Amino acid sequence: MVIRLPQGQEIDDALYTILDAVSDPEIPVLSIVQMGVVRKATLEDGIAHIEITPTYSGCPAMDVIGEDVRKALTESGYKSEVKLVLSPPWTTDWLTEQARAALLDYGIAPPLQAEADKAVLGGAERLVVCPQCKSNNTKMISPFGSTACKALFQCLDCLEPFDYFKCLK
Amino acid sequence: MQNKLVHYILGIADSNLILGQRLGELCGHGPNLETDIALTNISLDLFGQVRSYYQYAASVLGNEATEDTLAFLRLEREYRTAILCQQPNTDFAWVIVRQFLFDAYHLLLVESLVNSSDETLSAIAQKAVKEVRYHRRFSSDWLMRLGDGTEESHRRVQEALNNLYIHADALFGMDDHDNAVAAAGAGVDLSLLKKEYFAQIHADIQKATLTIPEVHYFQKGGKDGVHSEYMGFILTEMQYMQRTYPNMTW
Repeated sequence: MVIRLPQGQEIDDALYTILDAVSDPEIPVLSIVQMGVVRKATLEDGIAHIEITPTYSGCPAMDVIGEDVRKALTESGYKSEVKLVLSPPWTTDWLTEQARAALLDYGIAPPLQAEADKAVLGGAERLVVCPQCKSNNTKMISPFGSTACKALFQCLDCLEPFDYFKCLK
Repeated sequence: MQNKLVHYILGIADSNLILGQRLGELCGHGPNLETDIALTNISLDLFGQVRSYYQYAASVLGNEATEDTLAFLRLEREYRTAILCQQPNTDFAWVIVRQFLFDAYHLLLVESLVNSSDETLSAIAQKAVKEVRYHRRFSSDWLMRLGDGTEESHRRVQEALNNLYIHADALFGMDDHDNAVAAAGAGVDLSLLKKEYFAQIHADIQKATLTIPEVHYFQKGGKDGVHSEYMGFILTEMQYMQRTYPNMTW
């Protein structure tokens, strides 16, 4: 049976657990299902048809994710076809609450809503919460961080630098 | 029509490729760590987009065409790269001005291409819009900081602008094939974006306390396959591995 998730995904429940165990190679605490990278996973004549979408066009993790999906399905006895889709484009709105909590726990501040995001990246407001000490007395160091999807921030209270997952709408 | 479509796609994608390559040259050479990371991130976005464009063009072409044959195995005159994107990384001011002049055009282009009647081009553009917005913000912020910064940064960024501004107009070059694709609804009529482009960049230039260069003649070429003297050197370096070891893979 196909389950429809709030983020618009359609996933066959026989495949859900297998795919949920595959994680983003650059942020290993995030499952590719919780990130919204898996858009569709259906079973037809015993073959699993999987559609994945990149967070950013040049995301170098996509090839690895495709491979990991194929490997996980093979280990569970499924033949698979993995397809890359671009539309509708990925948005940070597809991150589940569970994924946002996992990010924060891992040391990456989860994305704010679009307006607040613009304000913090423009330096107008201090709203991003430091994942270490939870202070919101933080400032942006660079709009581009360790990967395309993140910006570099620093906490002005505990002085730790940290990544902020940019809002993408 | 199919070959016209490929021609049109290359007219967009080839600028991404060469600017991505130029920015890639800066990896490890940025003026500080943050800008180094930012410029290479922008390069990565451009390469990501160009892969989508080339994969699509290759699927239209069929036969033996792949994203790699389009990127690495064409001759200089077969590229449709804007001359602006070929300009060297003379100093940080040149890098920022080149990026600023390109990003303003690029954002207008992909914002329009979202409405393409071609589903794949529209999907690539929908993805690119989100990325290019960040590029646009980054390069105009830096234009401001350099223009309204120290006496030296102001002088140098003005000098870069005086040298690069003449290449802005040719970004909007269209030939008969491009016009046909635009008229069919799959492409963007760039001539409709030009007025908005110059209004936007002039506003940003003035906000950065810089002077709009007086231009009597805009440089032509690039998208018609006639390039600057830099293009051959860029391709020599970029194509070296595929030319020396044909069909090599990582």
